Amino acid sequence: MNLRFIATKVLRAIITLWMVVTFIFIILRISGDPTDTMLPDDADADMIEYYEKEWGLDRPLPEQYLIYFVNVFEGNLGQSFKDDRDAFEVVTERIPMTLRLGLASLIFGLCFGIPLGIYAALHRNSLADRLAMGLAVFGYAIPNFFLGILLILLFTLALGWLPSSGSATGWHMIMPVITLGTGGAGSLARFSRSAMLEVMNQAYMRTARAKGVARLRRIVFHAIPNAAIPVVTVLGFKIGGLISGSLITESIFAWPGVGRLLVTSVTSRDLAIVQALIMLVALTMVVANLLIDLAYGWLDPRIRVSSQQQKD
Amino acid sequence: MAPHSPSTVDETLPGITRGIFSKITGEFARMPWLVILCSLFIVAMCFMAIFAEVLAPQHYADQDLVNRLKPPSFLGGPERYLLGTDELGRDVLSRLLYATQISIFVAFAGTMIGAVIGTFLGIVAAHGRGMVEETIMMFVDAQASMPFMIIALAVLAFFGNSFWLFVLIMGINGWENYARLSRGMVLAANTHGYVVAVRSLGARPKRVYLRHVLPNIASALIVQFTLNFPSTILLETSLSFLGLGIQPPLTSLGLMLGTGRDYLLFAWWLSVFAGMLIFITTLSVSLLGDWLRDRLDPTLRR
Repeated sequence: MNLRFIATKVLRAIITLWMVVTFIFIILRISGDPTDTMLPDDADADMIEYYEKEWGLDRPLPEQYLIYFVNVFEGNLGQSFKDDRDAFEVVTERIPMTLRLGLASLIFGLCFGIPLGIYAALHRNSLADRLAMGLAVFGYAIPNFFLGILLILLFTLALGWLPSSGSATGWHMIMPVITLGTGGAGSLARFSRSAMLEVMNQAYMRTARAKGVARLRRIVFHAIPNAAIPVVTVLGFKIGGLISGSLITESIFAWPGVGRLLVTSVTSRDLAIVQALIMLVALTMVVANLLIDLAYGWLDPRIRVSSQQQKD
Repeated sequence: MAPHSPSTVDETLPGITRGIFSKITGEFARMPWLVILCSLFIVAMCFMAIFAEVLAPQHYADQDLVNRLKPPSFLGGPERYLLGTDELGRDVLSRLLYATQISIFVAFAGTMIGAVIGTFLGIVAAHGRGMVEETIMMFVDAQASMPFMIIALAVLAFFGNSFWLFVLIMGINGWENYARLSRGMVLAANTHGYVVAVRSLGARPKRVYLRHVLPNIASALIVQFTLNFPSTILLETSLSFLGLGIQPPLTSLGLMLGTGRDYLLFAWWLSVFAGMLIFITTLSVSLLGDWLRDRLDPTLRR
């Protein structure tokens, strides 16, 4: 892959991160005195003085901005109101649980959505296609908080099969994963169906058929790799959806992850934690989008080549 | 969404005189039954929202503490409460009507704010070109790359919650879609004969854009509106569900669902009716929006 392609993508990622940090800095400064908003109410004078110095509040605004940047860069994001622990630490210890839930949901979405979409495309306009797409629209449109509640009503209250909250065993994961993954599965199904249909109409598919390539081989080696290209790009949006979905899902099922931490921190206005979490989300999104851009360039040689030509 | 090529704008918009509404009524006869059903439901929801005060059998805050958590009357609850009562003995039906009013109002106002800001900035970007365009599009890209719910939570956390701030946040959701769309379409329109003609007659930019360009790109913007509306409803209901949106004593569909969650064990009717309304509303509006998009503008079809 050529260097220029990677460099422009990385540069854009850095600009986005810079904008997020600046955005937080601005709303932090216009929402009041940071020692009031960021520190616990019972903070003593020494502590306030310490942080005033640490954040450079006695200096001019541009200098404060620089100091803020350095602090963010060093992971120095202030302390939680609740237990005076370092915000960075509080946030990072929650990450594995969210990652577990998010990855499982992503896999759930991929494993159900893509085969459903491919199947529907291969049986276009049949009853199975209609049913599959009806299911996909349903999954895509149902709000995840409502789906979560319906699942609890069915599997916990009516059938008594699954626990409705906590994270102790694998059984606890089933309902959160369905709640979080269904929306993505629905839209992936719709998207992979239309991507497949587009590819199947291409001339090279007709050529493959004329050459006498077997149907299964045509689908697996000719159609799917080409249809995968547009599907990969929507994965970026899916990751954003997973992050906002995890707020709701983790709150419904009392899952001890980052999403629930963000909701409780916003409720109690524990701003150091909120700040750290937003940085984390921004970083995740930017890295995810960067990886997807690079994967896209790797999958589709046309993109690499066109950016090569721009250079020449 | 891809910017328009000039030819398709011509095809879908035969002239300034033929407005979008006559076009829609013309299409009405060819609507599939599902879309008709969706439209009827949307009309019914709007009717409920506008006339909530008149339709509600009781005031949404009237408490009847003797009759707390009673099931709907068709399941053996007291006759006065068609859909049962909540934890303070308030009529669920009346609360649903008021909640619909608030939810629809917030979503409508929010989408409207987003449409106005986004379209304005899109036109400014297309008119200004150069640095102005670069800056606006940089903001568009930045917003599109962050999940908006996180930004909304940040603003709510730092500023605290108030009703109008909340409506404004709903408005900031989705402005980038209008900005992108209107920028692309204005860039295309600027090369068109009619804009060049009006401009050479000496019309000022304000007149060119408001009187001539805007009516011509309105149909695509209205489609975008119907596509954005469900996501605004979902954002409002999600935040209210988490207790971070509409605050009591006001109520919204999401808030009803959220508080009903605590009583799920013995009073499912508190959450299920509200959840159904949210689900069917968002589904109806998006199906209508998809249909409108395909009808009015085949180039936008995915």
